[in-house]
Amino acid sequence: MNIKWKWLLIGGVLVSLFLAIVVSPYADENPDGLERIAEDKGFAEAASEEPVWANAPMPDYAHPSFGGSSGTKLAGLFGTLAALLAGLFIGTLLKGKKKTT
Amino acid sequence: MHIPDGFLSNPVAISTGLASAGILAFSLKKASRKLDDKTVPLMGVCSAFVFAAQMLNFPIAAGTSGHFLGAAFVSILLGPWISCAVISTVLILQALGFADGGITALGANILNMAIIGCFIPYALYWSINKALPKNKGIRAFSIFATGFISVISAAIFCSIELAVSGTAPLEIVLPAMVGTHALIGIGEGIITATAISVVFSVKGDIGSEVIKLPSTAE
Repeated sequence: MNIKWKWLLIGGVLVSLFLAIVVSPYADENPDGLERIAEDKGFAEAASEEPVWANAPMPDYAHPSFGGSSGTKLAGLFGTLAALLAGLFIGTLLKGKKKTT
Repeated sequence: MHIPDGFLSNPVAISTGLASAGILAFSLKKASRKLDDKTVPLMGVCSAFVFAAQMLNFPIAAGTSGHFLGAAFVSILLGPWISCAVISTVLILQALGFADGGITALGANILNMAIIGCFIPYALYWSINKALPKNKGIRAFSIFATGFISVISAAIFCSIELAVSGTAPLEIVLPAMVGTHALIGIGEGIITATAISVVFSVKGDIGSEVIKLPSTAE
């Protein structure tokens, strides 16, 4: 694995963390396309009051103990790291499978 | 366009769940053939990047926002099979960790964003690059189009699911979703093209087996 490639990977992780932690609090707060259409066209109430999966550690990218943007930043940090690890884990699992076929 | 719990009828939730599970399992099998010591770390980094980028909603119209999907970006870098796995991973993480997207709608969300969002655009990308002359302009256009189509295709399938569920009539939800996501798709196309050009500008030394374009298929 050459140097440039390594730096590309590291850069990718750093950019991701930067976006998720520093930039995310500035994200537009308005509802996204689907939510907005649901509100405008009158089917937003079809959504369940509470999500069926009640065990999300940080529902809506926030945490009760952390107000405002700190919650978002924390969600960004944990989520990005979790995504990185999950991707690596699944990739490694699948790569390993290849050798046995 | 993460569908929350309650928007889909049980038959739609179950059938999209089964379809997604089957197609995803097949994708994982195909993906495993492409994974090696170079692509596994890239897969991890792409997962992180997609998650982070999806947090960044941008305004597209009064009172409405959109966000990057990333399916086209990862498909162009790693091919559609790995991209399907990456987007699915992010969707599952979002549903379980952050209640972003209902757990009962996970099958539909994976179908829309990880399957339709990866394969249809990649087919387009591949076709454009095969059929048209090879130059920078065409390449850039194909990347933009791939990003754009990924969002539109996902939005169409999402609308169909909502209509079949009886949540919203097709003649209302389909034009609204396509119209809104055409705007988001423009953003997706631009961001995808920008991100790809950044990665490709480093690509020179990497080795073409990692980032293979159909026109230079070895």
